[in-house]
Amino acid sequence: MRTLSEHILDIVQNSVSAGATLIEIIVVENKKKDICSLTINDNGCGMDAETLSRATDPFFTSRKTRKVGLGLPLLKQNAEAAGGSFKLESQPEKGTRLVAVFQRSNFDRPPLGDIWNTLYLMLLSYDKGDLIYSHQTEKGTFSFSFKELKEIVGDVSFQQKEIREGIIEYIKTNLSDIGAR
Amino acid sequence: MGKIKSLADLRKMKEEVQTKIKLRETSNHPEQVVQVKVGMATCGIASGAKETMKFFIEELEQEAIDAVVTQTGCMGYCYAEPTVEVTLPKKDPVVFGHVDKEKVHEIINSYIKRGELIDGIIPVNFKTIDD
Repeated sequence: MRTLSEHILDIVQNSVSAGATLIEIIVVENKKKDICSLTINDNGCGMDAETLSRATDPFFTSRKTRKVGLGLPLLKQNAEAAGGSFKLESQPEKGTRLVAVFQRSNFDRPPLGDIWNTLYLMLLSYDKGDLIYSHQTEKGTFSFSFKELKEIVGDVSFQQKEIREGIIEYIKTNLSDIGAR
Repeated sequence: MGKIKSLADLRKMKEEVQTKIKLRETSNHPEQVVQVKVGMATCGIASGAKETMKFFIEELEQEAIDAVVTQTGCMGYCYAEPTVEVTLPKKDPVVFGHVDKEKVHEIINSYIKRGELIDGIIPVNFKTIDD
């Protein structure tokens, strides 16, 4: 995975398959502390202790179509390679919390990437619940939820050109205002 | 229209275009429009499925084809990522492998528009991925 956006797109699908109805993505950038962190919370089915301990094993997966599961191991590897850390907590029936921390100035830290496109694609596909994205920098916080976007767009297709461009512009403008990158 | 900065701007824009746009197809008649599902598991994303999906949306829109584009999980064809499942109205789903921008063009022009089969189809015997 080359960017943080790609990791997000990938990892969030774990939450979706866990049947989560509320997913929270929090990205925090802090120049002073030299960190960039990604937190994902969900209220999905969670994992028991054994599954949790094997979740970052690349040869463990809950799916049947193939024998490997690389989403979490790749994120863990990237975080640790970039002078950061990786933590996964989970409780059955409650949900899962993932925290990946990167050293912001580290050469190996994956850049944020085109998070606006990523979130838009997620918006098209995730219709089982709400997703909240929040991005904090020293300049401020930008956050929005899928629910409020869906409410505004109503019964118009998200694929409609104007709507697509509007949503992407909304995310892009607000992120650049707080200096996210 | 100026820059869209707030949800209020977004709402205003939506109201402006609402009069001339179609209603969301998914809720009304999902079986009558083209359905495109892009494989977006770790393997797909690493192979550029995100660009493929975005390109599909833009191209279908330019060609004015009514289609629903969504993402799906791994179909087990990691060697052929990005993979895309296309379901034409009242037809069985077809899975294409190695779908880059060029292939997207080919799929739209040959398969979606004219119903002609093209190279790169992964032979499968399932109905649809969600089953």
